[in-house]
Amino acid sequence: MTNWAWFGLRAGRLTSRWPERPGSDGQSGILGMPRFHPERCTSGCSDCVSACPSGAITKNPDGETGIDYARCVTCQRCTEVCPTGAFETSTDWAFAVRDRADLVFGVVADAPSDPRGQPSRRVPHALKRSLHIRHVDAGSCNGCESELEALLNPLYNLHRLGIFFTPSPRFADLLLVTGPVTIAMHEPLLRTYEAMPEPRFVMATGTCATGGGIAGGGYACHQGLAGLLPIDLWLPGCPPNPAAIMDALLVLLERRPARVNRGHLEVS
Amino acid sequence: MQPCTMRVIPKGGLPLALEELLPAHGGDPHQRLRMAYARKTREGGLEVLYCLSQGTGIPYLMLRVSPDQNRLPSLANRFPAMGWYEREMHDLFGLEFEGHPEPYPLVLHEGTAPVHPLLTGPVTQPLRLSVEPPIVPAMIGPEIQRLPFGPVRADVVESAQFLFFYIGEGILHYHPRLFYKHRGMEQRFEGASLMTGVILSERVSGTDSIAHALAYCQACEAALGRRPPSRANLIRVILAELERLTNHLHFFAELAKMTTLKVADAQGHWLEEQAKQINGTLTGSRFLRGILCVGGLRHDLDLSGLHATLKSLERDTLSYLGKLEETRSFLDRLIGTGRLTREVAFDQGATGPIERASGVDRDLRRDLCYAGYNTLRFAIPKQSAGDAWARACIRRDEIRESLAMIRQCLEQIEPGSIRTDRMNADPDPLAEGLGWAEGTRGGLYYAIHYDPEREVFDRVKIKDPSFSNWRVFPFTVQDSNLMDYAINESSFGLSIAGADR
Repeated sequence: MTNWAWFGLRAGRLTSRWPERPGSDGQSGILGMPRFHPERCTSGCSDCVSACPSGAITKNPDGETGIDYARCVTCQRCTEVCPTGAFETSTDWAFAVRDRADLVFGVVADAPSDPRGQPSRRVPHALKRSLHIRHVDAGSCNGCESELEALLNPLYNLHRLGIFFTPSPRFADLLLVTGPVTIAMHEPLLRTYEAMPEPRFVMATGTCATGGGIAGGGYACHQGLAGLLPIDLWLPGCPPNPAAIMDALLVLLERRPARVNRGHLEVS
Repeated sequence: MQPCTMRVIPKGGLPLALEELLPAHGGDPHQRLRMAYARKTREGGLEVLYCLSQGTGIPYLMLRVSPDQNRLPSLANRFPAMGWYEREMHDLFGLEFEGHPEPYPLVLHEGTAPVHPLLTGPVTQPLRLSVEPPIVPAMIGPEIQRLPFGPVRADVVESAQFLFFYIGEGILHYHPRLFYKHRGMEQRFEGASLMTGVILSERVSGTDSIAHALAYCQACEAALGRRPPSRANLIRVILAELERLTNHLHFFAELAKMTTLKVADAQGHWLEEQAKQINGTLTGSRFLRGILCVGGLRHDLDLSGLHATLKSLERDTLSYLGKLEETRSFLDRLIGTGRLTREVAFDQGATGPIERASGVDRDLRRDLCYAGYNTLRFAIPKQSAGDAWARACIRRDEIRESLAMIRQCLEQIEPGSIRTDRMNADPDPLAEGLGWAEGTRGGLYYAIHYDPEREVFDRVKIKDPSFSNWRVFPFTVQDSNLMDYAINESSFGLSIAGADR
């Protein structure tokens, strides 16, 4: 018979102290959103626009490039096709914002404004060290779920930050939604939201939820959460890695500053 | 369609042709209907394609059938595994299958606006849907209780609704209502370029990104006559086996969680995390996305550190699996749970570790070899008990085989080109192709119909292994008890995103 308790004790502590103290975030080498350098965009082509599978990159009539990171699926195609290296791979995955407009670089013609015009609300002080999340999969590819589950593994151990997943929406403070919102999940999603007590917050997690991603549109999907629920935090990524989700939750709780400003991640 | 044999079936000739092709009893386990799908022809009519496997090393046979006024005889009574394919074709194309034993909606739920989205042309607005209960058998008797569970369920899980009809602890009837997550992914391929198709296929089932992208790329390569160089083929095997390793580690972590072994649960998820980090360091993506493309790879990989990192993971993994095997409470919960007989596995179309645990010896890596698997030596683990423990044993042995395969690839791989951009084999005259891969969860297929003039797809059909295994799973739940349900479900290792698409 295996003595699991003894095995566990001998294995010792695996949990990182990141992000509140120095430690590993576990994401070495993970690519994030491509970085755009407008000064290098000199060829006059629009290869990036035609290569982008989710319509995140657009050009206005003056030839200026606009990027909507809410729609970026981090496929890195733009970094491959750009002849002048204006798009560059980066490790900018911590892309959580409170304001939808902060996900847009430059001018995007059809950039949706914040749905219902409701600004992101501040989380009450009482929730800052004890947050309960109800997750709803509204049609994701299972990538986001895989990374959300990873938050509970010993390396990240989300519970140490006072953040928990709860089975019942009645006990939840935050509705964390993944997926582009399929027609069949639309109603269950709204009912889950309605079952939550006030104050309640909503986080759109992953590019499908923030902007539809590659699945949005068509006969079976909405274009993410926009227009369906008031969103308090946006986290694009395909999928966002566990550290990015953890960072986003702490941004919501104002325990970490939001660092993305008009499509640029300020690297500290 | 490359690399298949094609046969055109005259109107009304389908049942007879199948009678000849598939003997009623005692046939070769490799001879089976694998999938069926419909498409619109360029002339505007409908066409249904049936894919038959014919045996080890023999190409697939595709039957092309033109429905008579959108009607076809149903094959579901004779070949139960066809039941879901026919219902899907009805929902998406409006085809009528005469004599279908379960003529109910499947992919588009009850209450969806009466539109057949792949028939009417590009539908760009979400269909209207008024929520209605699913059609299930009527249960008569005051003592029978009905428990609808989901689609929003406890824990971080995928959305689906499970209906249990039970008395006390015993489950009388179980109905999984899937397709809450139906995203219409096949429609997203219509009008997409070859490269966009790769990005889409990687996101059909997130934890099977490589298996999907591989089957997709191979379908396109067959259609367009491109043979990837050998370095690309070996790297494809390495990536596919890394994905299998990651998913199997996740599988054991979930089994440990369901059997309430807290430390084994933590250790399993820690091993899975390490595998994901290895994937991430190697490719920049924890899900191995962004490497494959039609013709080979998008860029080369630095494999120098892989051997050493895998060695330490292998040591910890084998020790972990040994410890699980020595845990009596773990074995107690798995042995005898959710037994699937060979007959049901075969008739209902089980695939992957599920069928191999029930004594059906089939694996596409060996039977219809692709990528670099022909240069490797490996065994296909087999079990016959068909219970949850047999399904775990298959995965335990596959972990060992995957690690051995990666080692062999690393030993023989040589520097060289990684992509073929030009035609170097015979293309298909109609630019149609079939690709397959043995993913973690079983065999998956991509059938593509490409338009070389416009350089976009007309139609792409995706057959995910979970679409097959979800159909089989309820047979192991009926007449079992509620206490075993969660363990049984974990032992199947199903993906809902893949099945729903």
